[in-house]
Amino acid sequence: MVNEIQIQVNGEPRGWRDGGTVADLLSDLAIATERVAVELNLEILDRKDFGQRSLREGDRIEILGFIGGGCESKGESDGRER
Amino acid sequence: MDANDRLTIGGHEFRSRLWVGTGKYKDFAETKKAIEASGADVVTVAVRRVNITDRSKENLLDYIDPKKYTILPNTAGCYTVEDAVRYARLARAAGISDLVKLEVLGDERTLFPDTAGLIEAAKILVKEGFIVLPYTNDDPIVAKKLVDIGCPAVMPLAAPIGSGLGIRNPYNLKIIMETVKVPIIVDAGVGTASDAALAMEYGADAVLMNTAIAGAQHPIAMAEAMKYAVYAGRLAYKAGRIPRKLYATASSPIEGML
Repeated sequence: MVNEIQIQVNGEPRGWRDGGTVADLLSDLAIATERVAVELNLEILDRKDFGQRSLREGDRIEILGFIGGGCESKGESDGRER
Repeated sequence: MDANDRLTIGGHEFRSRLWVGTGKYKDFAETKKAIEASGADVVTVAVRRVNITDRSKENLLDYIDPKKYTILPNTAGCYTVEDAVRYARLARAAGISDLVKLEVLGDERTLFPDTAGLIEAAKILVKEGFIVLPYTNDDPIVAKKLVDIGCPAVMPLAAPIGSGLGIRNPYNLKIIMETVKVPIIVDAGVGTASDAALAMEYGADAVLMNTAIAGAQHPIAMAEAMKYAVYAGRLAYKAGRIPRKLYATASSPIEGML
C-alpha cells in the first residue's frame, strides 16, 4: 500500500504517492527534465538529484522553464506575455 | 555581413549585433520567422512556471534551437534583489549557460531599473560565476560601477521598455561609451529602424529590442528592417562620419567654370 500525501506543485495542491521522487513527478506530468529548473521548498535542485529526491508531505515544488520574453514579461508560459 | 566583425562578451562570441526578445508575438511560428528575418543570434527568454495543467501547449525552445542561438535568460518582472537572484539561479539550473540578462526593476509604470538593487544583485551573481549583462539606466556612473563589479558588458536603455521613443539621451549614451571599456548594448525603447541605426552610429556594440519588432504591424518585415539598420549603423560608425558644419562646402570644383 502506498500512502497518499499532499504536496504543492507550481502553487496548486496535488496528491502524490509517498516515496515518489522529483523525477517520478516530472515523468507523471510529461515534463522533459532537460531545460527545466526545479525548486523544492526554495532550494534549487541539481538535475542529477531529481531521481534521488523523494517528496514528503507538505513539500512545495516549483517547476520552471523558458518562455518568450524581452525586457519585461508577465504571466505563464504560453509565449504571449507582455 | 562582415564575418570578422564579431562581438565577444565573457568568452562568448556573437555574429550579430542585433539581439532580440521573444515576447509579444502572435505565436511561436511568427516568433521564429521574425528572429530569422532579424539575423539575430542572441535571443532573450524569461523564466516562468511550466504549465502543468495543459501539457499540449508547445514550448518556445521547440521553435528556437538552442544550438543555433545563444539563449539569454532574463530576470524580467523582478522588483527585488532577492527575486532577481532567485530567477537568475533558476535560469542557470534550467541549464543553458551562465549568461543572464539582469533586470531589477524599480517601478511598474516606467519599468526603469532600480540601479541600487541592480548593483547589489550583480555583485552576488558575479561572485557566483554568472556572466551578468545588466539592464541599466543611461547613467554613466552606474555603468562604471557595474563594470567595476565585473559585468563584461552593460545594457543601458534608450527609452522606457516598449515605449518606442528612441534614444532619449544620446549624450549620456556617448559618455557611457567613452567611460567604460566593455561592450555597450543599447537595450529597450527603440521604435523604428533609424533609432537602431543611430544607436550603432553613436558607437553601441549591439542593440537589443523586442517590442519594436513584435509590436510592428508587420513584425517580420520590421525584423528585416532592423537587421539592415543595425548593420548600416555599424558600418557608418566604423567608416567615420564627417563633422557637422554650419555652412556649405562645395563638392564640385570651381576650376574650369566659364
